[in-house]
Amino acid sequence: MKGDRKYIWIFLLPMAAFLSIFLYYPFFKSLYLSFYRTKGFYDKKFIGWDNYDRLISDKLLGAATLHTLEIMLYVIIFQVGIALVLAVMVDNISKFKSFYRAVFFFPVVISGTAISLLFILFYNFNFGLLNNLLTSMGLEKVLWLSESNALKAVAVPTVWHYVGFYFVLFVTAMSKIPEDYYDAAKLEGITGFKKMTRLTIPLILSDIKVVITLAITGTMKVFDFVWVVTRGQNGTEVLGTYMYKKAMVDQNFGYGSTIAIYMVVFGVVLALLANRLLKSEEITY
Amino acid sequence: MQPAISKEPIRQVKTKSRFSLGTTFMYIILTAWALTTIYPLFWIVNNSFKVSRDVMNKSFSLAVDPVMINYTTAFDRINIGRSYINSLIMSGGTVLFVLLFGGLAAYVLSRFTFKGKRFFFSLLYATLLVPAFATVVPVYEFLIKTSLVNTYWGLILPQTAGNLTFATLVIAGYMATIAKELEEAAFMDGCNRWQMFTKIFVPVSRPAFASVSIFVFLWSYNDLFSALIFVNKETVRPIVALLSEISSQYGTDFGLMATAVALTVMPILLIYLFISKFIEKGLTEGAVKG
Repeated sequence: MKGDRKYIWIFLLPMAAFLSIFLYYPFFKSLYLSFYRTKGFYDKKFIGWDNYDRLISDKLLGAATLHTLEIMLYVIIFQVGIALVLAVMVDNISKFKSFYRAVFFFPVVISGTAISLLFILFYNFNFGLLNNLLTSMGLEKVLWLSESNALKAVAVPTVWHYVGFYFVLFVTAMSKIPEDYYDAAKLEGITGFKKMTRLTIPLILSDIKVVITLAITGTMKVFDFVWVVTRGQNGTEVLGTYMYKKAMVDQNFGYGSTIAIYMVVFGVVLALLANRLLKSEEITY
Repeated sequence: MQPAISKEPIRQVKTKSRFSLGTTFMYIILTAWALTTIYPLFWIVNNSFKVSRDVMNKSFSLAVDPVMINYTTAFDRINIGRSYINSLIMSGGTVLFVLLFGGLAAYVLSRFTFKGKRFFFSLLYATLLVPAFATVVPVYEFLIKTSLVNTYWGLILPQTAGNLTFATLVIAGYMATIAKELEEAAFMDGCNRWQMFTKIFVPVSRPAFASVSIFVFLWSYNDLFSALIFVNKETVRPIVALLSEISSQYGTDFGLMATAVALTVMPILLIYLFISKFIEKGLTEGAVKG
């Protein structure tokens, strides 16, 4: 088809323009800004690696990193774990499958902000659902958003929000396993728990890997829950909220960008690490 | 084979009884988790029909005598309708742009061979790893300099860019499966590339376009971070930004908070109920590949 080559560039142009103006250029600009001390947009001064030096000695950033990692741990164990258990169960039942699939997905479509408000109502000390429940059972009320509980309290909605998403991915992966495998296993007398650990899980390991990577990169971006529920107070500051505060609240664009670059590098390293760790176990069919 | 078959009935009975116990257990667990997703939504909608005092003191009881006060407050005093419209315009606009530009790029990437194509694909996959945090400051600067901040474009443009990569990869994956014969037949009929795109590839790829639009709509409708930074003025802010505001300003008005959540969640849930099949399809086509 002669003369068609021009369409390649015409059709790709809008996307290339959007990505260049709003993603690639800004990304490199952030990198550039991370070497500057800034006051607003017009007052910039080159300071070399100073922002990165500050990064290393920044205790609040260290705390935010640890909090992010703690939430990540909950996400990998509980979010991915619950999704996997639910998927195995749904795979093994015969009735109401589509009902469960639809209902488990509910939270995924709701905005993190709305879920945060919901949990604010649940956690309220005087009148919240949880303390209402406790007092009706004759128990002491709990300060859910106090220093010692707050991080776990924001991790709960974070975990709950996306279980359904990974659940659907797992269910789909399981539905693609050839039936013969199960028939063969049945002949060998492999059922129940053993069938799950020896057959189902090894066969969907590559999907589990994808999900864990998604969970890691997703947790790096945690923002809504923490921002709306606690504003990062009471030991809940995560990288997302800390970056927002430095860049947008303090208008410290140079240091804010440095934190953003740190987040990207940190996220990529963690994702690669997870990939490496899970690689040896993979089985394909 | 023979002995195995003759043993079968005995084993069958054994596994069957154990199986049903296990099955009951599984239904219990599944139903328990289903309750954690249904009950909070029921709780919030139920409480949105009560006055604040009752939300506090009788949050479990059914709103047998529903009051509309919270809903009238939400629409009159905090103007939630305005935010609805803002959200709709901005998310709708984002979806339109993403489908058009993503569709065109996907068509090229799935049907043409050209130099640098592999590189282009790798670049797109790498792009998925760049979070909004890493671009927000320069984008904010750009929007201020072009006076687009606090306008509808201020959210539509960055979100279009943010969702384009995902959309392109999903749609390209789908278009790659379209038969070559269809393309050749259309070419014989005198279609040029643009007509080929609009008359053949877009209609045939409807499922991919549908699932992409659902996800892009959801993600842009729910994106608080960008909304807070780019469009936080009262007249243009979308519903999530309003919601985050409500929690700090009206944090003690429980009835109003319940209503705000209900109002944000209900339309999305209703739409979801109608199109959940598409969502799962889109999810399995898109997320695993992407």
